[in-house]
Amino acid sequence: MTNPLLPPPRKDPQKRTVSPTRPPEARSRAALGLSAAAAEGRFALQQCTECGKIQYPPRDACSNCLSTELRWKDTDCLGSILAETRLRTSIKPYFRERTPWRTGTVKLDSGPVIICHLHGDCERNGRVQIINRLDRSGQAVLFALPQKRSLYMEDDPQLRAMTSDPKHRRILITDARNPNTPYIAKSLAAAGASLIFIGESENWRPYPGQEAVAQLDKVEVLPLDVTDTQSVQKLAGAIGGKTDILINNAHFVRPGGVFVRGDTAMAKEEIEVNYFGLMRLAQAFGPAMCTRTADGENAAVAWVNILSVHSLSNNPQYGCYSASNAAARSLSQSLRAEFRTAGLRVMNIYCGPTEDDWYQPLPPPKVSPETVAKNLVEGLRNGLEETYCGDVAKDLFERFRESPHILEREMTLAGEGP
Amino acid sequence: MQRRRSYEGIVLTAPFSMPYQRYSIKTAHWWIARALKGSLSLAGLQPADVDGFTVSSFTLFPDTAVGLTQHLGLSPRWLDHIPMGGASGVVALRRAARAVQCGDSDIVACVAGDTNHIDSFRLMLSSFSRFASDASYPYGYGGPNTNFALLTDRYMQEFGATREDFGRICVAQRKNALLNPGAVMKKPLSLSDYMKAKTISDPIALFDCVMPCAGSDAFLVMRQEEAERRKIPFARIAGTIERHNAHAEDPIQLRGGWTVDVDELWDMADCSPDAIDVVQTYDDYPVIVAMQIEDLGFCGKGEAPHFLSGKDMTIKGDFPHNTSGGQLSAGQAGAAGGFIGLVEAIRQVSQQAGGTQVGGAKIALVSGFGMINYDRGVCSGAAILKAANP
Repeated sequence: MTNPLLPPPRKDPQKRTVSPTRPPEARSRAALGLSAAAAEGRFALQQCTECGKIQYPPRDACSNCLSTELRWKDTDCLGSILAETRLRTSIKPYFRERTPWRTGTVKLDSGPVIICHLHGDCERNGRVQIINRLDRSGQAVLFALPQKRSLYMEDDPQLRAMTSDPKHRRILITDARNPNTPYIAKSLAAAGASLIFIGESENWRPYPGQEAVAQLDKVEVLPLDVTDTQSVQKLAGAIGGKTDILINNAHFVRPGGVFVRGDTAMAKEEIEVNYFGLMRLAQAFGPAMCTRTADGENAAVAWVNILSVHSLSNNPQYGCYSASNAAARSLSQSLRAEFRTAGLRVMNIYCGPTEDDWYQPLPPPKVSPETVAKNLVEGLRNGLEETYCGDVAKDLFERFRESPHILEREMTLAGEGP
Repeated sequence: MQRRRSYEGIVLTAPFSMPYQRYSIKTAHWWIARALKGSLSLAGLQPADVDGFTVSSFTLFPDTAVGLTQHLGLSPRWLDHIPMGGASGVVALRRAARAVQCGDSDIVACVAGDTNHIDSFRLMLSSFSRFASDASYPYGYGGPNTNFALLTDRYMQEFGATREDFGRICVAQRKNALLNPGAVMKKPLSLSDYMKAKTISDPIALFDCVMPCAGSDAFLVMRQEEAERRKIPFARIAGTIERHNAHAEDPIQLRGGWTVDVDELWDMADCSPDAIDVVQTYDDYPVIVAMQIEDLGFCGKGEAPHFLSGKDMTIKGDFPHNTSGGQLSAGQAGAAGGFIGLVEAIRQVSQQAGGTQVGGAKIALVSGFGMINYDRGVCSGAAILKAANP
């Protein structure tokens, strides 16, 4: 059974910070399908649409009937270990630094044979469940878990290397004013976060829950205004070197499309917070976090953006706000590329309308702050890059995946009129 | 299926091996040139006499056999490049023999060579195969050590083989290597050294793994009357087979492609395993030696450990095996690893092996195995060579 991970000792300031190394990143285009599924935490394999054969490794033509019509499909994840080994040395620096490293051959019940990482609790020749995860190069790897869960199985060093688990980590939540903040902070504390910094803008301006936030366990409230470059830089100077996960939940939302607004004043506010806010945070915190991605048990692991699902496809009732989120989403893709060499992961949580004032006129279902917090912690534990929070977001993403163009038409119908 | 035609009348000559080196500052081109020159001078030929050329190399990039024609000043009327690693030697001989048999070429030079710079093994791996990049390297697999650790683990579980069983193969080969001045390994190896060696990837330890090195080997293929006219010692091709991606349905590799065609091999050569005087298997890891001994018909599946425990695998023993030390002790010079057993087999049956000569060797079996494309070796081949007058 996996032993619980102990809180890491205080960092010795005289020691050199370990430079990040990465597992091999190179993949064929076909294999990127596996990475795309891993980004969402799905175990999917290619299946031939003509003969039904499930394929692995990823390829361009069916090894049974030569059809080139292969589709990625969520697949049964059970299998049995046939052989295993522990790497004691490797020519790849990433693994060399982490030996012994357990891997094995697993025969999947669905047919293919895979080489995969083995969790420390897997029994010799035992039955396993395969998960598909992103490794520190941001590419998919298959990982075998024992069928029976054990209490501290997330602490397995190989599994933890794939995830962004909050346990023993120091986390910054950027906006105390967001109604979801207390819920997120509580969930992170329950998940084992060691310290939670919460940014608070304009301290003199009261907000509901101000006192409650300050009294939360493990929480430290610090001044932070994401629209003010100096404020962001000042906080990064103070805590940037010990921020392991940054959760950007600062957002500014107002209803309305282009005509209703009449001018660009409100849109500027949205861009200041939702787009430039993210950019300021990344410029101030990103470099320090990137140097600390191999810094022991509480190395920097993840950057989280909480975005509207309408960043994928505009909701004209909140047209300008959707646009600011689309800008933020696009920027997150750039960040993902820029953080990638360091192995720092960008996770976007796409939310449908939430239970707060500015979405009041919208019908249910809406996303509760508890759900946001739960999704966020699960996403970190599974090392995701993309997660869809609430029924509206999941529904919209399914439509987006099927056809962005049809979705756009569905979103922009004018209705029958009066 | 139509029976394949005999290779009667086609012979292998002028086996030449450049002494292997652990690291080299030279290029693959240099190593290939040296082996080609060495082989031609054994036969008393000039480069212009060669009208067929085939090459195998991992470190020749960006060149291929094409670039080498201009680089080396050759003008062949038959040209081939064989990217099959450990199966390259047998495959080269098969193709070259048919080319000569059919008159597409009179003298084919078959060459394999690779250099080994400090970082060239690691760099070579980055472009080895698409399945390896997608599905084994991400798991820390640098080269085939870990793949073979898995196959060895399964083989040991399936058939009750022990590390000592594999150790005996390695120890005997080291004894043979000490008689080969071109071998990289110069120190004796005891079973206790083998057992105590550092683990690389369980159950594989240091002496189960080959040493990547620089080196090259070459031989010539021509008509028997050509060799006789020039008074060049030769080996006859009694039978040979080749098979790729066999048994794809096996979940893990416990047998190779030899099993598909082995009956035809013995049939063509008109002999049985008892007749073999010297065996050269492909030996990047001892487990694959065991599989070849089984799959080529010396014993049943899973019986190699027991079969070999009753044999002496050294040059003077009753089952001379990998007489030049094999890759395990002579070194693995990239694609030349696919030639090392073949050139040694030619030397053995043509009585040119010098210090490693098995007395009275008339019939040799040589086997090739190559290319861990993902989870198993894909290419396999074998040939039975006979002396000029058996």
